[in-house]
Amino acid sequence: MALSRLSSRSTTLLQPLATTSLLRRRRHISTDTTPITVETSLPFTSHLISPPSRAVETSSQELLSFFRDMALMRRMEIAADSLYKAKLIRGFCHLYDGQEAVAIGMEAAITKRDAIITSYRDHCTFLGRGGGLFEAFSELMGRTTGCSKGKGGSMHFYKKDASFYGGHGIVGAQAPLGCGLAFAQKYSKEEAVTFTLYGDGAANQGQLFEALNIAALWDLPAVLVCENNHYGMGTAEWRSAKSPAYFKRGDYVPGLKVDGMDALAVKQACKFAKEHALKNGPIGSNHHAFAFVFEQILEMDTYRYHGHSMSDPGSTYRTRDEISGVRQVRDPIDRVRKLIISHDIATEKELKDMEKEVRKEVDAAVAQAKESPIPEPSELFSNIYVKGFGAESFGADRKELRATFP
Amino acid sequence: MWGILRRSAVDGGGFSASSLRRTRFALVSARSYAAGSKEMTVRDALNSAIDEEMSADPKVFVMGEEVGQYQGAYKITKGLLEKYGPERVYDTPITEAGFTGIGVGAAYAGLKPVVEFMTFNFSMQAIDHIINSAAKSNYMSAGQINVPIVFRGPNGAAAGVGAQHSQCYAAWYASVPGLKVLAPYSAEDARGLLKAAIRDPDPVVFLENELLYGESFPISEEALDSSFCLPIGKARIEREGKDVTITTFSKMVGFVLKAAEKLAEEGISAEVINLRSIRPLDRATINASVRKTSRLVTVEEGFPQHGVCAEICASVVEESFSYLDAPVERIAGADVPMPYAANLERLALPQVEDIVRAAKRACYRSK
Repeated sequence: MALSRLSSRSTTLLQPLATTSLLRRRRHISTDTTPITVETSLPFTSHLISPPSRAVETSSQELLSFFRDMALMRRMEIAADSLYKAKLIRGFCHLYDGQEAVAIGMEAAITKRDAIITSYRDHCTFLGRGGGLFEAFSELMGRTTGCSKGKGGSMHFYKKDASFYGGHGIVGAQAPLGCGLAFAQKYSKEEAVTFTLYGDGAANQGQLFEALNIAALWDLPAVLVCENNHYGMGTAEWRSAKSPAYFKRGDYVPGLKVDGMDALAVKQACKFAKEHALKNGPIGSNHHAFAFVFEQILEMDTYRYHGHSMSDPGSTYRTRDEISGVRQVRDPIDRVRKLIISHDIATEKELKDMEKEVRKEVDAAVAQAKESPIPEPSELFSNIYVKGFGAESFGADRKELRATFP
Repeated sequence: MWGILRRSAVDGGGFSASSLRRTRFALVSARSYAAGSKEMTVRDALNSAIDEEMSADPKVFVMGEEVGQYQGAYKITKGLLEKYGPERVYDTPITEAGFTGIGVGAAYAGLKPVVEFMTFNFSMQAIDHIINSAAKSNYMSAGQINVPIVFRGPNGAAAGVGAQHSQCYAAWYASVPGLKVLAPYSAEDARGLLKAAIRDPDPVVFLENELLYGESFPISEEALDSSFCLPIGKARIEREGKDVTITTFSKMVGFVLKAAEKLAEEGISAEVINLRSIRPLDRATINASVRKTSRLVTVEEGFPQHGVCAEICASVVEESFSYLDAPVERIAGADVPMPYAANLERLALPQVEDIVRAAKRACYRSK
């Protein structure tokens, strides 16, 4: 260990031979799972609960995986931007670049049995749940190899086998849906939790409070995560919320405000929230004893570099200085990069090489997706029902195009 | 009877030798209900259907306002809380958008919620979840996420409840691909269709009628069996006839049957079709009937513009134009918000005389 630290600071002193063997040793370190403790960038602010510690346990392996996965997400979103401008992606395309730490930190704290449901800004969440680049790009370009066979589009990615329930276009609808997933987990006595993600725009929706109320009354293992990127489309939080302290808006529901650009802080908060939600288990409940609420609201203070969607330049309601300022000071990938370098887990060059690899991977997936077929016309009529009972469906000219369901 | 013939296809397992014998017996005594048979109210029919499905499948649960401790606003869920406990029967706060979304989310995860709307007027507060979260999910996810949920409750006019509590939602929901929309009339319809709805893997809107809850109907042994199920998408010919086809659903079936009696006295033989299923709509049965009688009267309680009757009329004009001997007649609710005053309310809803008059017009027998 000590030898490697010495050598990284003074590579010029070493013979090339020694350097090679050192690099080989560092490669070995990249799968190292020995715990490293890192402090979160900022303390947690809490509501009705004692916050978790700022000291987060991680490892070289984890930090490198954070870096690579976030770099992959970043690259995917940038590629999607180009594809949209080339008119290969149509309709709506809401990009997540800048917010990667939320998806990545959350995955590090939970399992695939815990459920996630989110809004239309779902490409990276899908990737975090184990979704593939090829399926993602295919879906975006409306190809049959897409994760929804090209029938969903950008806003409707799903991966049920990894407990990812979409992908929802109606602002705030995912809040009660997510509480419903938590309901099912409790009903089926699974020791699992549902993370329901929504934005600062959706945070004012009435159905969110309706769902919160029921989740609190029925002790549902739900964690509501407000991805506060400070703008609901073009409307800044101070113009849409009388109280933009979203972590407190649950009133009787405990909340935590988290630096959403710090993947380790996100991980810590999600781990904390999951434990809290499972505390008495879905089986036991002592809601008569005192006002113990299983739910929590995690407000992730995050930022999106792109506009609300590809039709929004994102600069009419915020200054370019603000955007570049966040990028310079708070970028989630750069934060992890700095951690990796300062802990001697990898060199700057190695990380750059990793990013190059990632770029190649993304480019390959895009190229493959571009070659994929569009859906057959018969797919127009598939998956309307699970059981069709021989009913009929019609095209625009029903005398020309009709189908019978199986 | 269609229901019994179809049962093996719909019901999957549980088709034993003894039920086969019963099937054969029932086919023989097809047209009439078994003599000396039991009677059952629609309320009891619905209650027993939910009870049996909850007993058969632990994933089925009930939620809605007052469904538990209050025994149900209209007593449809009476006794279920006592029998199955608070982990299967959930009283919700008065927050339709919230609890409907929760129900749909539970269905995403594979449970089978039966969500009650105290009336379907309140479903408008949750309509985004019914349509965007439930109906379209199987399609948008290309089959990954199916939604085995039932939304049920009283639909249409009651008595004197005014404009905000009297609307019929059949046309609205039946226009949405991905939903199934059912409307029972008799106790047998109620049992068979609700059981089919709860077992169905797709979202079903189940439109009951408050004024039918207390009505008693004869019910066959077949229909009382716990495996009884009616097919979705199949209409029932309640009364055979040869001069004019009259289609309708829900409470109006009773009115049309009365109208058919009156028409018979005047020598007009009406064929009465109880739609049972608004979506999928049994166009085959309707068209076959019109091709036989050459005349059609469609009846519904809801608003006339863009209604169920309009769809049936269009279907018949498209498929059976050359068979029609007269223009299609529509009898529907008046094109007004429901008034409160009793005489105005009566004018706002189809009456037996309206149906008779329209049938006579279709037969060129008016004046």
